[in-house]
Amino acid sequence: MSETIEAITTYLAPRRLDEALQAMADGEATVLCGGTDLAPQTESGARQYKARLLNINRVEGLGGIAADGGEIRIGATTTVAEIRRSAALAKIAPVLVEAAEHFASEQIRNAASLGGNLCNASPAGDMSPPLLVLGAAVELACWRDGAAHTRRVPLEQFFVGPGKTVKLAQELLTAVVFARPAPGFVARFRKSGPRPALEISTVSVALGARVADGRLGDVRVAMGSVAPTPLRARHVEAALEGRPLDAATVAAAVAAAAEDAKPIDDVRASAWYRSHLVKVFVEEVLDDVRGN
Amino acid sequence: MMSVETEIRFSLNGRPVSLKVPATMKTLAMLRDRLGMTGTKYACGEGECGACTIEIDGKTVNSCLMYAVDCDGREVVTIEGLRTPEGLHPVQQAFVDHGAVQCGFCMPGMIMQSRNLLANNPELTREQAQRGLEGNLCRCTGYTKVLDAVDAVAATNTCGGRANP
Repeated sequence: MSETIEAITTYLAPRRLDEALQAMADGEATVLCGGTDLAPQTESGARQYKARLLNINRVEGLGGIAADGGEIRIGATTTVAEIRRSAALAKIAPVLVEAAEHFASEQIRNAASLGGNLCNASPAGDMSPPLLVLGAAVELACWRDGAAHTRRVPLEQFFVGPGKTVKLAQELLTAVVFARPAPGFVARFRKSGPRPALEISTVSVALGARVADGRLGDVRVAMGSVAPTPLRARHVEAALEGRPLDAATVAAAVAAAAEDAKPIDDVRASAWYRSHLVKVFVEEVLDDVRGN
Repeated sequence: MMSVETEIRFSLNGRPVSLKVPATMKTLAMLRDRLGMTGTKYACGEGECGACTIEIDGKTVNSCLMYAVDCDGREVVTIEGLRTPEGLHPVQQAFVDHGAVQCGFCMPGMIMQSRNLLANNPELTREQAQRGLEGNLCRCTGYTKVLDAVDAVAATNTCGGRANP
């Protein structure tokens, strides 16, 4: 096991959020939660530790799923396994539970946090497309002028590039929130890789919409692994919004996918293959919804 | 430069342990290099293979990814903790009986994960076992006999709820 050269001078595992935020106030803390991304990235040298290692696993109120009200709130330290097992989410947002079900392996799901998965900002992050179609936002908290301040950022504005988000070094992602989906809301998620488990998705597609009288409304479509960030597929959405869900609409949506997906060639797949697969997935999720 | 050391206390296979660990040390390195518990294996070092699977607070994790400092105040169970005064744990015995062991390197992780699956679901189906063991690789490709062993334990329902009594 390689020992990376590091200069961590302080380790903190606070129980209170204000203590955690104060420890980040100078932007010189590395946040530790599940460690499933932090460990391999620092071992390989892809990422450097800052002077302070801040373990947020013991911060009270940062975990758990609150699903009683009109707004659903998932704390940042909630593990992917907890999302997978959540009976409340299975009812309210089954698309999220489905994404958790096919996330990595059980050992990783038991450690990996939702907040960490989003902050890692992988173009292939599996929780991002379902949350994008749920219209989710993230809460970012920081300590300033002797008090905690929180801002909300829609998830579609959160990602900037691979591994990059709008979150400042002083800010902690504390929760993911989304409005309780309206009656008639349907959502689907597809991802692909050479094997079912522990796979970095070659392409993923999520669809969320309200279905009424055979038409889709409030359509959101999200894609992963086809651009530097997970993204909303605006052209596909426009091709679907308010239209009758028939073969012509599906064909138009599939054609529009090429406008949204700008994939690259890499070790996992060629751009050509990804462009093809994203069309297949758009067609599949729409056919699936039509079958309902 | 060495990183700062922190004193941690936790339960290891039912016994209290306390020691100082560097902030970036992983649980696997602590178990093997500091505590002499070499049953847990280091293979890929990046959470792909499951050879380093341990239980923490009743849930399985890859100990190569888990920071040792995060063990503080928690219950850790390793393969060494499965043996009972009577001998091998029923899951270990089933692996022996069904010839599930080839080179053996993946076995501690396979057994830890299998035992946890069986403890949480005594009526584990073969398909559920396959899904639950997705994070455990066997490069001898001996999966069929591993699943046979897990099936046998599920059939006789001999797996207790906790790794450590």
